[in-house]
Amino acid sequence: MHEMGIANSILEGVAKELRSRPGSRAIQVGVRIGELAGVDPGSLSFAFEALTIDTPFAALKLDVEYVAPRSRCRECNREFEVRNYELFCPACGSLNSTRISGDELEFKYLEIDEAEDEAVKCCDLEVNKK
Amino acid sequence: MNRVPMEGKVLNENARVAAELRERFSERHVFVVNLISSPGSGKTTLLEKTLEAFPRDSRVAVLTGDLQTENDANRLKRYGFPVKQIVTGGTCHLDARMIEKHIADWDLSQLDLLIVENVGNLVCPSSYDLGETAKIVLLSVTEGEDKPLKYPSIFFKSELMVLTKTDLLPYVPFDSSLAIANARLVHPEMEVVKVACLAGDGLREWMSWLEQRRQIFLSRLAQPVGQGI
Repeated sequence: MHEMGIANSILEGVAKELRSRPGSRAIQVGVRIGELAGVDPGSLSFAFEALTIDTPFAALKLDVEYVAPRSRCRECNREFEVRNYELFCPACGSLNSTRISGDELEFKYLEIDEAEDEAVKCCDLEVNKK
Repeated sequence: MNRVPMEGKVLNENARVAAELRERFSERHVFVVNLISSPGSGKTTLLEKTLEAFPRDSRVAVLTGDLQTENDANRLKRYGFPVKQIVTGGTCHLDARMIEKHIADWDLSQLDLLIVENVGNLVCPSSYDLGETAKIVLLSVTEGEDKPLKYPSIFFKSELMVLTKTDLLPYVPFDSSLAIANARLVHPEMEVVKVACLAGDGLREWMSWLEQRRQIFLSRLAQPVGQGI
């Protein structure tokens, strides 16, 4: 569905980051997606591959951290991870909680090969000429 | 090899435009709601009844999204309020840029309420902030009570669930209290209004929810910066 647009936005984010690091090559990009974000990790990986194939980003890997929602208990203030919609506070058993996260769709990190310094590049050129 | 931290939302560009829109709406005191549901759960019918109920001098406008056709806009224009169709041409959701483009020639200072009817889709619209004050999800009684559990994203992000077509309850095996309980599993603070648009039931509650929520929006605008929506 809309995963293609999201994959494209990830690539735009990577391209922007690389512009501030001339000569660097992106190897892997990490993103965090909440289970309530409405984004399917499988579809996203598929869209990402489809968009990068035969492009300069072909070797770029996508690392998705799929995270469960978290709630905070209104009785004892404990924060806890919500699995299978079970809203009981693990500390006090109260059902009175408020959802504090779950719809993340954000960047985490970018793994890059740093630009080599000019001297090395020049040598490489010399070698290539031979 | 080096790992550098990257921050920010993936849909950064949409988030940026949405934040600009939200600021414009706030400056002009326009309360904006984003209606989201599956196709056929009654968004346009609810809008027809809503526009019918507003006095003719109300400062209300509607943007309605669909993949194709101007049908919805034509249905809604009959009530005399400004209505624009957003034809997405295949895109399964509205995004902030589409809103920006379609309100470009509207004078926002002449509006109190802007209702955005999203593309009929329970999944994709939930990822795209349109600069709205509140998202509202519709669930019709001809659907399953477990829709909130199957499509949690939009129920998580909506302030209000409008349960529609309740006049059909005698004919369908739909348990309203189970549907509401499911919605509150995903979003404990979910508010609920039940309507039967064709029978006219619940419309008063719906209209008063809109007005009360608009008053909250206006009172938050009056608070110091940082205390807003």
